[in-house]
Amino acid sequence: MTDLTLASGPKAAQRPSRFQMALKKPGFMAGAAIIGASTILALFPQVFAPHDPNFIDYLAVRQPPSWQHPFGTDLLGRDTFSRVIWAYSVNMQMAVLATVFALTIGVIVGALVGYYRGIADMIFGRVVDAIITFPFLVLVIAVVAVLGPGLINMYIAITLVGWVYYARLMRAEVISQMSNDYASAGIVMGYSDLRIIFRHLLPNAMTPIVVYWMTDMALAILLGSSLGYLGLGAQPPQAEWGVLIAEGRNFITTAWWLSLMPGIAIVLTGLGFSLIGDGLADLLRPRG
Amino acid sequence: MAGAQYTLNRLVLMIPTFLLVMIIIFLLVRLLPGDPAIAIAGDKASDADIAAIRDKLGLNAPLWTQFWLFLTNTLQGDLGRSILMRAPVLDVVLARLPTTIFLAVYAITLSILIAGPLAFIAALNRGKWQDNLIRAVFQVGLSMPVFYIGLILLTFLAAQLRLFPVGGYGDTFADRLYHLFLPSVTVALYTSAILMRNLRAAIIEVLDAEYVQFARAKGLPPRLILGRHVLKNALISTITLLGLSIGQLMSGTLVTETVFAVPGVGRLMLEAIFARDYPLIQGLTLTFALLVSLVFLMTDLFQSWLDPRMRLT
Repeated sequence: MTDLTLASGPKAAQRPSRFQMALKKPGFMAGAAIIGASTILALFPQVFAPHDPNFIDYLAVRQPPSWQHPFGTDLLGRDTFSRVIWAYSVNMQMAVLATVFALTIGVIVGALVGYYRGIADMIFGRVVDAIITFPFLVLVIAVVAVLGPGLINMYIAITLVGWVYYARLMRAEVISQMSNDYASAGIVMGYSDLRIIFRHLLPNAMTPIVVYWMTDMALAILLGSSLGYLGLGAQPPQAEWGVLIAEGRNFITTAWWLSLMPGIAIVLTGLGFSLIGDGLADLLRPRG
Repeated sequence: MAGAQYTLNRLVLMIPTFLLVMIIIFLLVRLLPGDPAIAIAGDKASDADIAAIRDKLGLNAPLWTQFWLFLTNTLQGDLGRSILMRAPVLDVVLARLPTTIFLAVYAITLSILIAGPLAFIAALNRGKWQDNLIRAVFQVGLSMPVFYIGLILLTFLAAQLRLFPVGGYGDTFADRLYHLFLPSVTVALYTSAILMRNLRAAIIEVLDAEYVQFARAKGLPPRLILGRHVLKNALISTITLLGLSIGQLMSGTLVTETVFAVPGVGRLMLEAIFARDYPLIQGLTLTFALLVSLVFLMTDLFQSWLDPRMRLT
């Protein structure tokens, strides 16, 4: 008992916890603040938007930014600021829904082929090769073209393509974890395969997945708004950043605020997720 | 000898990948609800047209026979007829492809010119303000969607300052360089952000490598170390990185062509999608896949030629 306290007590006190380390990383904290604020805006847009995002006012069409309308108004007199705020719920939803299904499928498939190897693994290797042969955007829009434009079909398309990247990462990580003693110990103890995979290997292999997930959420917002801009994602009159930018595209020399302002929201949110990803990669790196 | 063996292995490995690529493209149109023959013939087709297409695709035969037909037709260069362009898909794609390749090569050249020197400055001043500034700027660049970068450049440099044309595609080589400058910069700003990030890490790794430390300890002048060891290795990483990011580059050109109205295959893809021109969508998807796998192959062969250890794996 005394030995244990001696060994762990003072030493642990000297070493800062991961939480304390996180507080000292300005990049990570800035990212966390941006994403925290974005999440609040996404959950309660009605609290922060000064106007109804769909209120049409033909007497106030394409007005430049003012106190009344900080980001100006659009071609139907709708308040751009309120539309950008309401779009947070759509675009933040994209970050989650365009990634979680791909993550779940990828993690399970990757863990299984990494553990069992064999023929399934060989087939998996070819499937990965085939899917990464298509430029990501090309395959996604080809699937959207077949299913039809819209948010749900966009999520399906991104999931169909995106799971591969998680699976590839998970497979490599499980294979490297298998060489650890705890994995062999599990086998010797006679644990079931599923128990070894999901209780022991998976939790240890999750770090790179979580880091990639953050980057992927940033990519999902970029991809989702690109599809919205191209007319294949969210459909007008829904307020979505890509859609808003596309709506202002033809008036960019006379009403620049219509396209410029929603873009700032995209850049800021993308930056937030990237900063969290970079910070997590640093913080979760095994400490020696 | 070993090189030839590696090349052969690499080519053999492409066969199953190509087959899977063909299966994915084949299944794409079969995912459509309803009769694929009607989709492929277009809305305005007559019953006779639809019957002819049904016959050609073998839609009454089992699925694997249909796939075999699709595969053999494709290998013979028969990708079907475009509804939108009223011409064979192959001709339509080949007419538009050079523009996209021109844009892609232009963008790659620009991104090396942008990312290369900056990655060196950042790596040599690791942790100092130059490094932090360069990384911060590129971090913001990575968070910008391509269409947004394009729109900003278009607004300020073309529409407001009138330095560049708003759209179009020149006739002579010099004219093309001028017309495609802004689209290329748009793609390059995006790819150079990816390149810069990885190149900086690669240069730092070389700088820390034992053979560079040894060269320093030997007293070789820094210029010689940089030129002979660091630059050469950085070049290898650059080419590999560019090869691997060909997919992002193609995605970038697709969006950029739409923003700047460049008549390449990327814009054609969107036109095909909005016209529900499925033979053209299939043909273009295949074209993009072939381009990417060709670049992957060249990157692999180039790497194994430079680094014989690669051939063992």
